[in-house]
Amino acid sequence: MAGADDGGREPRSRLKSLIIQLRHALPVAGAFIALLVIWQAVTRLAGIPDYVLPSPTQIAGAISDEWRQLLVNAAVTFAEATAGFVLSIVVGIPLGVAIVYSRWLDRVLYPLLVASQSIPKVALAPIFVVWFGFGLLPKVLIAFSIAFFAIVVNTVVGMKRAPVEMIHLMRSFGATRMQIFLRVRLPVAAPYIFAGIKISATFAVVGAIVGEFIAASSGLGYLQLIANNNFQIPLLFGILVLLSVMGGVLYGLVVLLEWMVLPTPLRTVRADEAGATL
Amino acid sequence: MTEAAARPPGGGASISISHVGMTYQRRGARVDALTDVSLDIAAGSFVSILGPSGCGKSTLMMLAAGLYRPSSGELRIDGKLLEDCFTDAGIVFQTDVLLPWLSILDNVVMPARIKRLDLEAATKQGRALLAQVGLGGFEANYPSELSGGMRQRAAICRALLCEPSVLFMDEPFGALDALTRERMQADINRLWAEHRKTVLLITHDIEEAVLLSDEVVVMSPRPGRILRRFRVDLPQPREPAIRRDPRFHGIVDDIRALFRDAGVL
Repeated sequence: MAGADDGGREPRSRLKSLIIQLRHALPVAGAFIALLVIWQAVTRLAGIPDYVLPSPTQIAGAISDEWRQLLVNAAVTFAEATAGFVLSIVVGIPLGVAIVYSRWLDRVLYPLLVASQSIPKVALAPIFVVWFGFGLLPKVLIAFSIAFFAIVVNTVVGMKRAPVEMIHLMRSFGATRMQIFLRVRLPVAAPYIFAGIKISATFAVVGAIVGEFIAASSGLGYLQLIANNNFQIPLLFGILVLLSVMGGVLYGLVVLLEWMVLPTPLRTVRADEAGATL
Repeated sequence: MTEAAARPPGGGASISISHVGMTYQRRGARVDALTDVSLDIAAGSFVSILGPSGCGKSTLMMLAAGLYRPSSGELRIDGKLLEDCFTDAGIVFQTDVLLPWLSILDNVVMPARIKRLDLEAATKQGRALLAQVGLGGFEANYPSELSGGMRQRAAICRALLCEPSVLFMDEPFGALDALTRERMQADINRLWAEHRKTVLLITHDIEEAVLLSDEVVVMSPRPGRILRRFRVDLPQPREPAIRRDPRFHGIVDDIRALFRDAGVL
């Protein structure tokens, strides 16, 4: 039989797909800059006082005036959020895998875990402070308690996604349970797991801030309370900027890792497509 | 090619199915998928199981592959009782079931990887198989970059990679367009004539079954049992001209009549 089909196309290279992704980011950047310009114009032209809504330049000024204090406290919050985030991954993925492989965990632990998510994590914070004191640990644990659930749920959903024919086929090759896990279930689940990790990256920052609101002597959450009491509204906004940068950096690191680890066909599921996350 | 040269001694395994029944529970109700099915498939022969949808023919294949356990009866391959998954088999499903994150070549050599065989030799064989079905040059592509027919051909290459003694095919051409289907039927017939493995083809296409097989096993609607077996004594490998052969039409008409009597047609 002759090959009547058109010749094999070059598989799209990693670099090429990254460039395409960056090109998609351009309109977003444009819209963001436009928003800043409008914001600046409105606050100036309408004469809105800076204690109501500071202009972008006033916020930038506050950041440059207080940069040393911001940096020191940001480092604390970043450390708490990152620790909680890493803990979420280290606990969340194995727990998700265990739930898929253990009927007992699936029937008993999983429903309990889902039910536990109805507890507002903010309400847990004071209890964690009582149990674990005022140091880093309670913040890390609050960040973890908010962040890990998305990873568990996405791992479970992803692991269950493996088509039964794929499993049958692997068994007919004589594959062991471990081989089926590594060669089918894990790759099928990988995009979902990454979607969960992306959500958890931003949640971890939220968790750290919540912890600092309750009891802290450092960190951006603590600094925010101080700025609020001192009526330093531009600084308050400056802290917001730093927090979103922090969430963005963690998120970006996950995207980078995903881009390095996953082959092209698995890099298509987006966080908003993974479902069952929040 | 003379007929004698086209029929070298078979390298396949024989399959013996005796008094096999399959019952399962669906929403609390008992469903009899198969009742008392007995069938002997000679080593190296091409046998089709033909029946209406829902007659349990796919279940029969899964049982023969050891992927399901029968509720009653027993299955033997080369006389050996089948107690676990039969790993000297190649399976082709209706969908290609290629792993989307692996290249075509990596998919094709997957059986060798799982069985921890020599990967270099497997890669060489995989490339040769792909070239045989017109997929040379597509080794590095992902499945999503190929058409449905091309993907299914890659799936057949994967099934043939380790020279399995039995090839199981569950409606392998069902999802393909008519032209691609005809071409792949010819491919399968040629590959089988070359490799002479035992083939069990599950299909609901009468012409397809008669065109390819040495023997057509016709099954009744659920609960599935064997209605009749037809020998197809036409020369192998089958030429396209066989579709005009009166003997071909004779068997096709007989099977149609049987289905009409069974209330299927």
